[in-house]
Amino acid sequence: MLDVSAIKKDFPLFAKNPSLIYLDSTATALKPQTVIDKLNEYYKEYSANVFRGIYKISERATVEYEKTRKLIAAFIGAEASEVVFTRNTTESLNLVASGLGRRLIGKGDEIVTTIMEHHSNFVPWQQLAIENGGVFKVLDVDKEGKLQSAVTLDEVITKRTKILAVTYVSNVLGVVNPLKKIIARAKKINPRIVVVVDAAQAVPHRLVNVSAIGADFLAFSSHKMLGPTGVGVLWGKRALLTSMRPFQYGGEMIEEVGIEKTTFKQPPHKFEAGTPHIAGVIALQEAVVYLQKIGLESIEKHETELVKYAVDQLERAFGEDFVLLGPRENRTGILSFSLKRTHPHDLAQILDEVNIAIRAGHHCAMPLHRRLGVAASARASFYLYNHSGDVDALIKGLQKAKRILK
Amino acid sequence: MSIYQENILEHYRHPRNYGRLAAATDRVTVANPLCGDVICLEALIKKRILWEVRFSGEGCAISTAAASMLTEKAHRRRLKPLLGLTKNDMLKMLGIELSPNRLKCALLPWEALLKLIGNGKY
Ligand SMILES: Cc1ncc(COP(=O)(O)O)c(C=O)c1O
Repeated sequence: MLDVSAIKKDFPLFAKNPSLIYLDSTATALKPQTVIDKLNEYYKEYSANVFRGIYKISERATVEYEKTRKLIAAFIGAEASEVVFTRNTTESLNLVASGLGRRLIGKGDEIVTTIMEHHSNFVPWQQLAIENGGVFKVLDVDKEGKLQSAVTLDEVITKRTKILAVTYVSNVLGVVNPLKKIIARAKKINPRIVVVVDAAQAVPHRLVNVSAIGADFLAFSSHKMLGPTGVGVLWGKRALLTSMRPFQYGGEMIEEVGIEKTTFKQPPHKFEAGTPHIAGVIALQEAVVYLQKIGLESIEKHETELVKYAVDQLERAFGEDFVLLGPRENRTGILSFSLKRTHPHDLAQILDEVNIAIRAGHHCAMPLHRRLGVAASARASFYLYNHSGDVDALIKGLQKAKRILK
Repeated sequence: MSIYQENILEHYRHPRNYGRLAAATDRVTVANPLCGDVICLEALIKKRILWEVRFSGEGCAISTAAASMLTEKAHRRRLKPLLGLTKNDMLKMLGIELSPNRLKCALLPWEALLKLIGNGKY
């Protein structure tokens, strides 16, 4: 297990609010002091625009900005020129849907996604299919919430499937999808299929290597991996990025503008129109450094152990009333559940009274909740600053809620 | 102060007018997009009087209590004063302070009622 009391000292929010038990890192992660300091460093010492000034502080800002790109590339086993900065995962996915999807999908072409997607990896594809006359298909899950076997894959994915959009880790079920196998299978059916991976819940919590997975695009958010809000990453294979239309037009992304036509920069700059969130991108460096210092493998192991402890304790405390969403094995530190005869909103509210933050609702995954036959669920999620004491407090809080709501 | 006051919990545990109304003349369903909760309101309306009203659906303690209190209040009332009910009346009836996120839960039954009787038909 990680040394959580030492780790917590690095997160100033706990100094301000020592009794807070934060179990909603799936929504967004807390920030270590080093990330906050790096934001300040930019604003205090070199808050100039990037790629523009022929003066020292602008050059420094540009160097720092590009340093993050290199760090992120190394972090996911990619080339810096394939790393595009966006606002968040949602924008990264929309960028692909718009820049590539619109051109790729013709009448009758298929887009396949899964029922467990976050709305941000579901709605853009559904809307693209509607606009372009494509066919929108959805891979189902089994009772446990696992994607169904190769057989179903063969039934759903065909030679006409042009895009497969799939999440690495479900933000509700916590299940880790066997992406390598799924992607290999999909590419066997149609070697030209473009695979878009939503890695928002994977990159912050486990080692991710884009070439090992075999995907074409991968999207994630800085704010879920200890970094600032307002920064997202899109990794894409260079050939695909080069072939794509820009997402937005304007400054920073052009080479030459004439009255009749404009030429664009090469990727990744082609996709970064306008002044980006410079401070945020620069401070993301420190998030990567922090995660690497603790070690992604240790973080993954820590979360797995915590979630296992939590499931055992919840079962012991609530027996049959405790209903776990998702499988028991092969899951991350995300734990969605319900307690019979209680509403998730009430649970979250009563837990808040004892300063425990969990999430209640459909977690931006309405199709999945409908599929599982529940309107909403409660979700507790664990990260590197959580420990078994947080689980014990959660159980005590839930017992209180049960007493109140009985 | 906890929002789970005794009067709220009492209505939550023993909701008034819960169930379906076979003789209903009017019916609406409204959803809370935040949590996916759905409430269905059914009423028997004649001569601009709401003779009977029932609610059904799964909701949290706050929305259930609000629906229970509201239907209790609306029972056998003329439509006119009901149409004049405001958000504030609802909150006063509940007697608790709510965060913006929970406001929707508390107001869902009221929205349903206004949709039911305020559609221009009456
Ligand atoms: C699996 C998954 N995909 C996408 C997103 C969207 O991330 P963002 O809101 O940063 O765009 C989230 C965040 O809630 C998520 O959990």
